[in-house]
Amino acid sequence: MLYAVLCYNDENAVSAWTREEDDACMARLKVVTDKMADAGRLGPVVRLLPTTSATTLRKGKSEPMIIDGPFAETKEQFLGFYVADCETLDEALAFAKDLAVANPGIGAYEIRPVQFYTPGNPRG
Amino acid sequence: MTADIAWIEAALTSARPQAMSALLRYFRDLDMAEEAFQEACLRALRTWPENGPPRAPVAWLVLVGRNSGIDSLRRTRRETGLPPEQMLSDLGDAEADMAERLDDRHYRDDILRLLFICCHPDLPANQQIALALRIVAGVPMRQIARAFLVSEAAMEQRITRAKARVAKADLAFGPPDALARNERLGAVALMIYLIFNEGYSRGYADKAAARLCDEAIRLARILLGLFQTEPEIMGLLALMLLQHARAAARTDANGQIVLLEDQDQTLWNQAMIAEGLALTDKATRHRQPGSYQVQAAIAAVHARARNAAETDWARIEALYSLLEHLQPSPVVRLNRAVALGKIKGAEAALAMIAPLADALDGYFYYHGMRGGLLLQLDRYAEAREAFNRAIALAGTAAEAAHIRLHIDRIEAAFHDSAVSPSKPSPGPVELR
Repeated sequence: MLYAVLCYNDENAVSAWTREEDDACMARLKVVTDKMADAGRLGPVVRLLPTTSATTLRKGKSEPMIIDGPFAETKEQFLGFYVADCETLDEALAFAKDLAVANPGIGAYEIRPVQFYTPGNPRG
Repeated sequence: MTADIAWIEAALTSARPQAMSALLRYFRDLDMAEEAFQEACLRALRTWPENGPPRAPVAWLVLVGRNSGIDSLRRTRRETGLPPEQMLSDLGDAEADMAERLDDRHYRDDILRLLFICCHPDLPANQQIALALRIVAGVPMRQIARAFLVSEAAMEQRITRAKARVAKADLAFGPPDALARNERLGAVALMIYLIFNEGYSRGYADKAAARLCDEAIRLARILLGLFQTEPEIMGLLALMLLQHARAAARTDANGQIVLLEDQDQTLWNQAMIAEGLALTDKATRHRQPGSYQVQAAIAAVHARARNAAETDWARIEALYSLLEHLQPSPVVRLNRAVALGKIKGAEAALAMIAPLADALDGYFYYHGMRGGLLLQLDRYAEAREAFNRAIALAGTAAEAAHIRLHIDRIEAAFHDSAVSPSKPSPGPVELR
């Protein structure tokens, strides 16, 4: 089954990395994701820009409200996600653990089964 | 293990503005806040690798820093008999409580205050910048000195003097009213943009200076995180991102300047451009145009053009006209003339900049651009004179070399009498 691995961390901490630190971390993560991709189990991988660049559309009774930034204020922000094909929760957790080793520090991964999935092809 | 230390250092850097501003509120003294923060960082480096990072690093640093500050105040009191409690705004709460309080709305005024302190009007711009880099961003003294091309000792002295000056400033520690908050925000935005410009203008040749751009962007992101609905702060961040995105394409392998229209777009940083464009669009929705937003919108037109030939110069000209309305200045007029030249030709552009001759006589770009326009009209002698003026005013070797290239083309045009219909085709001097 498909699992989404959702990444949460303090985006200020992430944006304090130097370019070199960021590149090094991305390279370590790539080793982990390459392993999954080679096994044909990796779906889309998405890294989001900071929440300050986000806009929220909140549905209401009449016209939807458009708000700057994410709606809720939290210490940790949703920074990106992976989709991976995992037989069991343990497998998905093992994947998330590898990601955590490659990207040490604070933060959390939420491992959540996928209900509906379409890979899409926006730039194809 | 090294990864651990690198992570901790990054965490301390990112926690610094927030922790420093909270400590400043407690101690109401910049030096004391800085010492307390440094002590907390030392303890973090000792204990975090063993115990793991705390759940709320900022709260941990503030708590530890505050305690160590109080300890040292008590020692000072024993030695000199000063009453420390009066210097502290309040006492006695725990880390959890601290975390709550840091989330408080007051916090954004704290961090704004810390930035604002660095914008003291008595300080010359380069001291404001140095102070902000040291105090708020926590850039090591050695790096700031390198970025400003002075010795570490000289920079240390400069910052100490700047600190002494701001220490005398009587800053209100209560929450500011809306008007005062806006004034502070405007001053802080300008200071951040000065940091950026310092890095941008010298970043061609100097990697240490170029790092200042990253710091300015980081500070603007923090500021926007605190004031999420301020279109001018969106504009400021967008402007810096869109300009900095082109950093790798601005010089060639020999360190020579590459004009915007000749740049290899594949070298542009796409993530920065995406963020800059999204922020520009967000800001525009507010319908409160300001100078950063308009400049960002101009940079966005360049970024959106699939290649230089497809640039929407009419839109750029209109945006410069709006910018001139918001912020009249000869330099803005000069930029507007560049756009006008693209739509209506060099003659029209020359007519537009003619009245600027006195105001911009000491300005490198004025003469460089004028020379380029004259060259397009085959007015070689005048072009050459303008380029000579530009070279004399060039701020960096790369700027001078770029102008030299134009002069060489003129020479070639003069000497190579097999002058084909294809004239030398110089681009205008890049103004951004």
